[in-house]
Amino acid sequence: MISRTLFRQQIVPIVFGIVCLAALIALIEFLIWIGVINRFIVPYPSEIIGSFKRIIVEEDVLDRFLLTAGEALAASLMLTVVGISLGVLLHRMHLLRLATETWIAAVASAPLVLMYPLFLVIYGRSALTIIMIGFVAALPPVILKTLEGLSGTRKVLIDVGRSFNLTPSQLYWKILFPAALPNIFVGVRLGMIFALINIVGVEFLINFGGLGQLVNELAERYDLPGTYAAICFVILVSVVFFIVTERAERWLRPV
Amino acid sequence: MAETSLTRTAPVAAPWLSPVTRLRIVIIVTIVAVWEAVAASGLLFRDVVPSLVVIGGALVNILTHVDFKVPVDSFELWIPEFYRHLWVTISEVATAMVFGGLAGLVVGLTLGTNPFLANAFERFLYYLGPTPKIIFFPIMIMWFGVGPGSKIAMGTISCFFPVVLSAAAGVRQIDSVLIRVGRSFRVNTWQMVTKIYLPAMREPIINGVRLGLGVAVIGTLLAETKLSNRGVGFLIINAYSTFDMPRMYALLIVLFVVAIGANALVGRASRR
Repeated sequence: MISRTLFRQQIVPIVFGIVCLAALIALIEFLIWIGVINRFIVPYPSEIIGSFKRIIVEEDVLDRFLLTAGEALAASLMLTVVGISLGVLLHRMHLLRLATETWIAAVASAPLVLMYPLFLVIYGRSALTIIMIGFVAALPPVILKTLEGLSGTRKVLIDVGRSFNLTPSQLYWKILFPAALPNIFVGVRLGMIFALINIVGVEFLINFGGLGQLVNELAERYDLPGTYAAICFVILVSVVFFIVTERAERWLRPV
Repeated sequence: MAETSLTRTAPVAAPWLSPVTRLRIVIIVTIVAVWEAVAASGLLFRDVVPSLVVIGGALVNILTHVDFKVPVDSFELWIPEFYRHLWVTISEVATAMVFGGLAGLVVGLTLGTNPFLANAFERFLYYLGPTPKIIFFPIMIMWFGVGPGSKIAMGTISCFFPVVLSAAAGVRQIDSVLIRVGRSFRVNTWQMVTKIYLPAMREPIINGVRLGLGVAVIGTLLAETKLSNRGVGFLIINAYSTFDMPRMYALLIVLFVVAIGANALVGRASRR
């Protein structure tokens, strides 16, 4: 009985959603075929599916994916080290926190990625520009979430640590940091997502690097099925990245 | 003890500036000093880090130098050209917010009130939300041309996702008593939306709009930097192309002030 309810509430809607998506694709194919949609603006979905193999083989998608992944990894490592360190620093220095926390929150709402021409001038048209813009644009949430996690540690845990005469360093490593870890990971995850978005975006804008450049190059060649297929590939990579980090966050979250 | 309580201490004069304000001033002065030292030393390439005085001059020039003619009825009005570009960007973002916000609200309300549709489609929106939207720009150029249409479309796509997810989550957190009251009065769908749902989910909607505004600004401006001949994004990339660094810094400062100010305004509206 329970499984039937589960089937009705979970499986049926999922199947319905997938069927609707497939029907939409078929409808677009039909509308292009009868000439309602211009095939020089929207290519046949079957052509897009067919060009997946072509872009994987001819456009070195794997190398490009590894390049983008490497840039995202470098930015994420920098984010994690610098962001968490700054969060810890602000937590330890209360006055500094009071003076700067609102500034960091304001910077978090600023469109930092628009500084990319400035980074182009400083670092040149290179992977370093892409990594640095990913790092800078995604840093504020990591700092703020680290700070939130450390400040939100339950007082009873800190009192237990003090009752055991832990040194300040031990208190940090044994009590505060483990208690703040789920929140810190939320910040790191947000930062990694922001970094990936900005990295692919800047690759596209400056026509350099991995997957973002692929989309730009195919569009400039007016290879429409290839452009659409490359966009689908980027979406696929983003979704997989999002799901993996989401699972990791759930694993870290206390029950 | 009694003597102690009766003892009057001289009132301590409050410090002229609080420690937080003093620290802020110290931080700002340090940043300015380091910046000026780097600018004067030439450690980075020449003009990459111009003096703040030069940047200030460029800022004043952008905001006050009258160089654009606006025909108004029988006379001509001269204004700084920057405001024309700012107006273009603001109108593109505002139009994007109207389209993306309304579409997000309607879809969010539909998904939030219908568990079957939510289970069927919400995961697509949830996973598409954090993808880099700028890669859709070549498609938007094909569909809407190289003019403002493609920039508005970029802003619309960008702001749609935060609004729809906030609206769907907002509907679900409405107190079920309010919904039952509405049903007991036999209100129709429109009345349900306008009298129950929207007032009860004001805060999540404003939060969604706030997030949507931020990403719509980014989407629109990035599209302007890629392919445009007007708007603040165009001015920034034009300053880069001509290596006019003071102008680029000045434009970024104005842009950040406008974006942070708009975000703060929407945030203040949500707290009222």
